[in-house]
Amino acid sequence: MSDATFTPAELELMKGAESPIEELGERNLLSPTMTFNEITESVCAPIEGKTPLAWWIGFAIAFTGLGVLGGSITWLFWKGVGIWGNNSPVAWAWDITNFVWWIGIGHAGTLISAILFLFRQKWRTSINRFAEAMTIFAVICAGIFPGLHTGRPWFDYYMVPIPNQMSIWPNFKSPLIWDVFAVSTYATVSILFWYVGLIPDLATLRDRAKTKARRIGFGFFALGWRGSNRHWQVYERAYLILAGLSTPLVLSVHSVVSFDFATSVEPGWHTTIFPPYFVAGAVFSGFAMVLTLMLVCRTVFGLKNIVTMKHLELMNKIMLLTGSLVGYAYAMEFFVAWYSGNQYERYVFINRATGPYAWAYWSMISCNVIFPQIFWFKRFRTSIPVMFAISILINIGMWFERFVIIVTTLHRDYIPSGWGMFHPTMWDIGIYVGSFGLFFTLFLLFLRWIPMIAIAEVKGTLKHAHPHPHHGADPMHDEASAHDALPAPAE
Amino acid sequence: MSTETHSNTDITIEKRPALFLAEFNSPEECMHAAEKLRDAGYKKFDTHTPYPVHGMDEAMGMKDTPLGWLVLALGMTGCLSGFAMMQWMNGIDYPLIIGGKPSDAFPSMIPVMFELTILLSAFAAVFGMLGMNKLPQHHHPVFYSDRFGKFSDDKFFVSVEAADQNFNLVKTRALLESAHPAHLELVEEEVA
Repeated sequence: MSDATFTPAELELMKGAESPIEELGERNLLSPTMTFNEITESVCAPIEGKTPLAWWIGFAIAFTGLGVLGGSITWLFWKGVGIWGNNSPVAWAWDITNFVWWIGIGHAGTLISAILFLFRQKWRTSINRFAEAMTIFAVICAGIFPGLHTGRPWFDYYMVPIPNQMSIWPNFKSPLIWDVFAVSTYATVSILFWYVGLIPDLATLRDRAKTKARRIGFGFFALGWRGSNRHWQVYERAYLILAGLSTPLVLSVHSVVSFDFATSVEPGWHTTIFPPYFVAGAVFSGFAMVLTLMLVCRTVFGLKNIVTMKHLELMNKIMLLTGSLVGYAYAMEFFVAWYSGNQYERYVFINRATGPYAWAYWSMISCNVIFPQIFWFKRFRTSIPVMFAISILINIGMWFERFVIIVTTLHRDYIPSGWGMFHPTMWDIGIYVGSFGLFFTLFLLFLRWIPMIAIAEVKGTLKHAHPHPHHGADPMHDEASAHDALPAPAE
Repeated sequence: MSTETHSNTDITIEKRPALFLAEFNSPEECMHAAEKLRDAGYKKFDTHTPYPVHGMDEAMGMKDTPLGWLVLALGMTGCLSGFAMMQWMNGIDYPLIIGGKPSDAFPSMIPVMFELTILLSAFAAVFGMLGMNKLPQHHHPVFYSDRFGKFSDDKFFVSVEAADQNFNLVKTRALLESAHPAHLELVEEEVA
């Protein structure tokens, strides 16, 4: 039976869900001649090959950073949070800035793995594993800061609804408790989602293992995966459900983080725009971080045939979009401050742009709103040095955004006699720098031990991956396949 | 049944056929073999592919999975138990009056109810999936085949278990051969 006997509607039905939609200008992102084996080989090479010198150098630096973190936290436990620059009136400073910044970075991973999955964006398969790993490590880094900021971290279990010696329960009216639930759920679901995606790829590593230790190690975590279609069916459904669950989850997490500010009665914080504004900013910074890391890894590990220029360009377009959303939010905050007629609200915004922290404010505006506009031009969108520079600038800009929101509001809120300035100490800097050490230590271990690209998922996007089941075009097919072909249209 | 003797230990290991394993080079051929087995009335057969091949569920005659219902049930459990927990803790066991609001105020409980819905749903999705697939299961006769490891690279396998009511050493082999596999083998397992 040939294609000519089908109506266009039937032909459309027979197309696999993975086929590019040509009407929308979609094309196969990977070369049509690429084979399954080529994907296996290129993704497994960084794990099975010799460790590059660059990895060791990077690991040494990251591990040093981790040491700085350990030292700073140890000193903090010994002396207390007084070693930080936080003081009245700025009681939330770098620690909360870093918390919001790190957790925001994590959001791109979930966006790529869940939201783009639901929208059937095939290009996500080349970057989702990488971005999900980044999510988990960023959430780990984020979790450190509020945990320490409580002042007596050994009492952090008061935040969890378990019986304690005071016979008192958490106050569920507090957005800070909502945060505990949102962030811990987010961390748990992200790890589950990541691990479920990893199972088939760990089986690939198990089956390729040259040493017994690797076969047992990868085999243990591969859970005895045998690629069974009866398993794939439930697996794919579980993956779809997890994507469906992660999508509202990721939107809720940064919304809840923004409630920490929005539910307080502080000028510059008490606004309803915060949840969408925070989510857009989170995705923005997260994509920038994925891009920074991806540009380095695809060069060092030679993955240019899987993470193509087209992928990078699409990421730049998302950054242009989310950057512009953030720019709109900045403008709208100013408008509403003026329109509210509230003198405190107006003063906070005038103070942000012209006061003692104006340098931070204008760093934020230029890094987040002005520089990314360069991505309107295809020439810059497809230039690796330009996108690398912009991605780093966005990360800096987004850190300043949180710093500006937190510090400029607190340092001059209501009564001028209560005003003051914030000055970071070396321990503020030490813990922040140290959190990079933790992040990159975990990330470099991930690159060496776990496939950084989802092997099974990328294979599923190849042109020849999905046969048309009711189609007799293959010469290997014989009469047996004709019985279940679609009925010919009545004519 | 076949037997082999390990001469150095003098232990006789009895073996019996566990499954037929047919290897294919392309998803089309693999799917085609699955369709043949389905049409011949086989039930305990499977395909082993490097990635989920779309259309294979129909080719194997599989029913839809009920996983979604399990997730729905656990998600609702999470939502309601979160609500009950907060009502009891803040409203009944140790009322906390904060901001002049009722101690059991519902609106402020929505975020935590939402997060617990998601958390329990995710547990249901992941552990339900593993449970329905009977994973982890590190031991399976397919792994006795030296060629099977390629399933996670670029080969496509069809396995027919000896436990299937239609399994027949001659007829099943003939049926699989009619699908032109690149390789066909009978995998044996030790009799326990």
